Amino acid sequence: MTGILRRVGLMFGLPIVLLAAWWFASANSVDFFFPPLSKILESLVDEWFGPRLAADVVPSVLRLLAGYLLAVVLAVSLGVLIGTSRTVRGVLEPVLEFFRAIPPPVLVPIFMLFLGIGDGMKIVVIAFGCMWPILLNTVEGVRAVDSVLSDTARTYGITDSARLRKLVLPAASPQIFAGLRQGLSVAIILMVISELFAASNGLGFAVVQAQRSFAIAETWAGMLMLGLLGFLLAVLFRIVENRQLAWYHGLRRAQRSS
Amino acid sequence: MSGSPAVVSPAGGSTAPVSDTAALPRAPRRRSMPQAVLGLFGLVALVALVEILPRIGVVPREYFPTSSGIGSALADLVGQGEFWTAVLDTLQGWALGLAIAAVAGVVLGILIGSSRFTRELTASTIEFLRPIPSVALIPIAILLFGTDIESKLLLVVYASFWQVLIQVLYGVQDVDPVAQDTARAYGLGRWARVRYLIWPTALPYVMTGLRLAAAVALILAVTSELVIGNPGLGKLLATAQSGGAIATSYAIVVVTGILGVLVNVVFRVIERRALSWHPSQRGELPA
Repeated sequence: MTGILRRVGLMFGLPIVLLAAWWFASANSVDFFFPPLSKILESLVDEWFGPRLAADVVPSVLRLLAGYLLAVVLAVSLGVLIGTSRTVRGVLEPVLEFFRAIPPPVLVPIFMLFLGIGDGMKIVVIAFGCMWPILLNTVEGVRAVDSVLSDTARTYGITDSARLRKLVLPAASPQIFAGLRQGLSVAIILMVISELFAASNGLGFAVVQAQRSFAIAETWAGMLMLGLLGFLLAVLFRIVENRQLAWYHGLRRAQRSS
Repeated sequence: MSGSPAVVSPAGGSTAPVSDTAALPRAPRRRSMPQAVLGLFGLVALVALVEILPRIGVVPREYFPTSSGIGSALADLVGQGEFWTAVLDTLQGWALGLAIAAVAGVVLGILIGSSRFTRELTASTIEFLRPIPSVALIPIAILLFGTDIESKLLLVVYASFWQVLIQVLYGVQDVDPVAQDTARAYGLGRWARVRYLIWPTALPYVMTGLRLAAAVALILAVTSELVIGNPGLGKLLATAQSGGAIATSYAIVVVTGILGVLVNVVFRVIERRALSWHPSQRGELPA
């Protein structure tokens, strides 16, 4: 019982202290840039969980998901193809490393040139930017599949598609998930950046609008909203990952304790 | 147990794997000669493709300059002082931000990580703050600092700090309990334990964190210049693009890519140097 109390206390203690500190420190703030927390929360509930939720947050999230899923499908299938052949890997690796090294936001002005400023451009930018970490991690994961296992599977006459589903993808999945997590954080960055340049709706667009019109409390609230969104996506990702990689985490624990 | 650290957090605390399995310190890959030749072939093919596709009209030429067009724009840039100032501005923001993040991450990581109580106390706060995208700070950075270097630093430091901190936290927890007890039994002081026990254990993790942080820091430095308008390559790109200098825009993108590759390579070399004693870098020795 005390154990549970202790854990709950540890989990919520610091956040509560920090929020309380912010609340009281800003309570009577007249500083233009640091409005009272009560005002910020008011704006968060009234604006961001009110009319802006459907008008700005939902379109942003949909574009994010569309771009991310596109990147996942493309990058994992390309990654498996590239990873299985030594020659293809050798030819493409430096090229891929170069594309990964380009800071993804610089692609926004370039893609704007020929895709305009609509949803299509934003989805393509998100997909293109978060593709590289997923692709390179998949290539690396597929490359590192235990050669004894894959030789055995081949000797037993297991077909290519069965080998892919039962051996290659599971074996590469810890590495693929590492890439997926990096890709997700790039996708969130690009979701915001793509809306800063040219947009008529979206979370990033609305936050910058608020900032330009010096609606300070609303700006802070928008930042909190972006933070909440990032946190929520990270939690969802963690749940999916823990389900998919339960076998792997178990294996690592067993290896560590032995 | 393979020699690679930094895959799964030790028991206790969260069980999330450290952010990047690909970034493990690993044995230097033995690149045979053909691999390098193949890679060169790939790069040459890319350049050739970019030259040919716009010429035969597969992609619209007005938006998609040829390699030679990008190349000559790049040559023009290299001849301008303005370009080199921009490169230096970008690198300055990157290096300063990374340095601040690295020092803060390592110091706080060791302070928080060395006691179970502080670790558990801060875990939920860290888990909440870490996934907040640093671009969320852009509006407030603009309001507070405008286009001064501080706004760039704010974004760079926030993004790269977590990369370092998380890795250091994992590293500090990885200290061998037997070695810990031995050090205590021999009466090593607190500082000596940090210096000779915790630091060497955490170093591979620190290096991984630094390498990830360096890449992220470059992204945020350029992003900040592009969006906020701090002087640097990002701003140069925004100017070139809005002025319709298409080939120049592409050339600047290529430059940022080259910078990114250089950052990766340099940090891989530093990592290998700093960890030359570590089993993960030494590779297998014949028994």
